[in-house]
Amino acid sequence: MIETAFTPWASLLGGVLIGLAATLLMLVFGRVMGATGVLAGMLWPSSGQDFAWRAALLSGMVTGPFVVFALTGKMPTVEVPVSPLLLVIGGLIVGMGVTFGSGCTSGHGVCGMARLSSRSIVATLTFMSTTFATVYLVRHVVGG
Amino acid sequence: MRLAIVFLIGVIFGTGITVSGMANPAKVLNFFDVAGGWDPSLIFVMGGALVTTFLGYKLVSTRDKPLLETGFRLPNMRNIDLKLVGGSALFGIGWGLAGFCPGGALPALGTGRWEVFAFTGALVTGIILAKALQSAAAKRMRAAT
Repeated sequence: MIETAFTPWASLLGGVLIGLAATLLMLVFGRVMGATGVLAGMLWPSSGQDFAWRAALLSGMVTGPFVVFALTGKMPTVEVPVSPLLLVIGGLIVGMGVTFGSGCTSGHGVCGMARLSSRSIVATLTFMSTTFATVYLVRHVVGG
Repeated sequence: MRLAIVFLIGVIFGTGITVSGMANPAKVLNFFDVAGGWDPSLIFVMGGALVTTFLGYKLVSTRDKPLLETGFRLPNMRNIDLKLVGGSALFGIGWGLAGFCPGGALPALGTGRWEVFAFTGALVTGIILAKALQSAAAKRMRAAT
């Protein structure tokens, strides 16, 4: 386990920026900001134009770490406390789960919950519970 | 012009994810590790994002259409079924194993770290696998009726 510092202000600011981006995407284009939807839509775009706006959104997202670098002078920390095998197995399970569940933290947890969608509230409570349970099992039962 | 605006919205999202700590699996996993070295920061991410989006959507909903489109495209499914709950349960298991969720991983690709590319490659593979299973099941359903 890697210890991480409690960062309430940075996290709150980050959260507000995520919300601002979600609001702007709805205001300008009338769409919800779901990472799963953006990514899955790029694999099966309905048109060239559809692919283009998803690619533009993704390109913008990828510059996030550079914006932080430009403002603070250091690259953001990405610490991966799990093995490459778990990372890949986890990725496969996440990909299948978000496809069957039609969304992830951004789509259900932020945009759907903000619209008070009952589907999104159920989805969010479900995945938060299984994430807590999985981390507990991995760190305190199996890895104990 | 349209693409430039979308790009900027992506920059805001990516910067938010990066600043918030969602792009750092160690931080995400510590949030979920209440029994270990608990880091409650993610409550502030979720809280900040939810309140901002809730208020933002309230303001936007007073308009009859978006600025650059003819209508809003909102998810219109209503049913709470096994697919939604089972899929979400699976997603949580994967998130707890890897520490990345899709929205956290995509901006983190910008750091160039191989771990993020490994996760994202597996994520895309999982999406393709699930879609293939779904269309196979739909075909069987059609054949049976």
